[in-house]
Amino acid sequence: MNGTLAQPPRASAPDPREERVWQVLRSVMDPEIPVLSVIDLGIVRYVRGEAGGLRVGITPTYSGCPATEVIQRSIREALARAGLQETVLETVLSPPWSSEWLTEEGRRKLEAFGIAAPTARAASAVSCPRCGCQDVERVSEFGSTPCKAHYRCHECLEPFDVFKCI
Amino acid sequence: MSSEARFRYVLRLADTSLVLGQRLGEWVGHAPALEEDLALANIALDLIGQARLFLAYAGELEGRGRTEDALAFLRDAPEFYNVSLAEQPNEDFGHTIVRQFLIDAWQLELYEALSGSTDTRLAEIAAKAVKETRYHLRFSSGWLIRLGDGTAESHGRVEQALDALWRFTDELLTPDALDEQMAAAGIGPSLAMLRPRWEERVGAVLDEATLKRPAASQYPWHGKRGVHSEHLGHMLAEMQHLPRTFPGATW
Repeated sequence: MNGTLAQPPRASAPDPREERVWQVLRSVMDPEIPVLSVIDLGIVRYVRGEAGGLRVGITPTYSGCPATEVIQRSIREALARAGLQETVLETVLSPPWSSEWLTEEGRRKLEAFGIAAPTARAASAVSCPRCGCQDVERVSEFGSTPCKAHYRCHECLEPFDVFKCI
Repeated sequence: MSSEARFRYVLRLADTSLVLGQRLGEWVGHAPALEEDLALANIALDLIGQARLFLAYAGELEGRGRTEDALAFLRDAPEFYNVSLAEQPNEDFGHTIVRQFLIDAWQLELYEALSGSTDTRLAEIAAKAVKETRYHLRFSSGWLIRLGDGTAESHGRVEQALDALWRFTDELLTPDALDEQMAAAGIGPSLAMLRPRWEERVGAVLDEATLKRPAASQYPWHGKRGVHSEHLGHMLAEMQHLPRTFPGATW
């Protein structure tokens, strides 16, 4: 899902600062998967410029993800560097984040980084990000971070991570 | 309804996740295999994350400025309202899996029901937690089946654990006055309605694990009313040591 889809309908013209915030957010990376920006992850729910100021809605991926606080701090710092330090960050819990919100670009970056992208709920085939083979085995549903599962490829025999589907 | 009642109810939810998460954290570096070490740590993180969301809300309900950290680290055992099962010691891996399975199956039913709570904040937290609890339950069910339907040794160990822990399950499913008050207000689920669903879910996995369901029995202590076994105090002493020794420390 593209983050902009989460924008609520509005009566007035968009605040020009909003586009600048989106631009800044595209440069804020996930500390655990440094090729993915917070936009790629699909965790930015809205950017709203209003008379009262700028507000950004962020949704946590997993309740216990230790990266959540680092990401919030990175966003604050990046916005401050761009002169947007008055922006207020809001945590949005509902509806809960889903791995389906990863953008297409985010999925491509993940695969190129060596992490298999989450599969759509209907089709469950995981393929090895290294050789593309589908003859793979799940070693553990839990991997090096809360968002990843641990797999092994039977063709190239390499272990790899899979971004969990939730 | 008094906000005191709601505060205490939210603390029950928070404390069960917090205490169980802390228990699982004790496995870090000690699990039988690296994959299981990671799995238990991951589940612990989810549980502590859920606890933080509940605790932050509890602090707001109380309205005395207590933060999630103050609630986690500066309360004594009688002010914790987790179910007694959550605080039981880890013992061996099989014992930990049995405890986890019984609570996972319960939390899944509980959170699914709470997702429809009239309290929107609780509903939001529960809807998020449901997704995580589903794979916690897949993990604990998978291991219970593997151990129960495994060797004579593994079967014997989980059978013993099940017999030792079963008496704590009645507390999960027997409503007290606060549970009933919350159910009447549409805030919490009716535990009486949860019971058959939990029993069915647990029974199916026990069958596959070739384990016999122990006879019904009740435990005289009631964690959710703040009456705990001695195990909780020891656990809290370790968990709270640092913030109590160095008040206000940050790192």
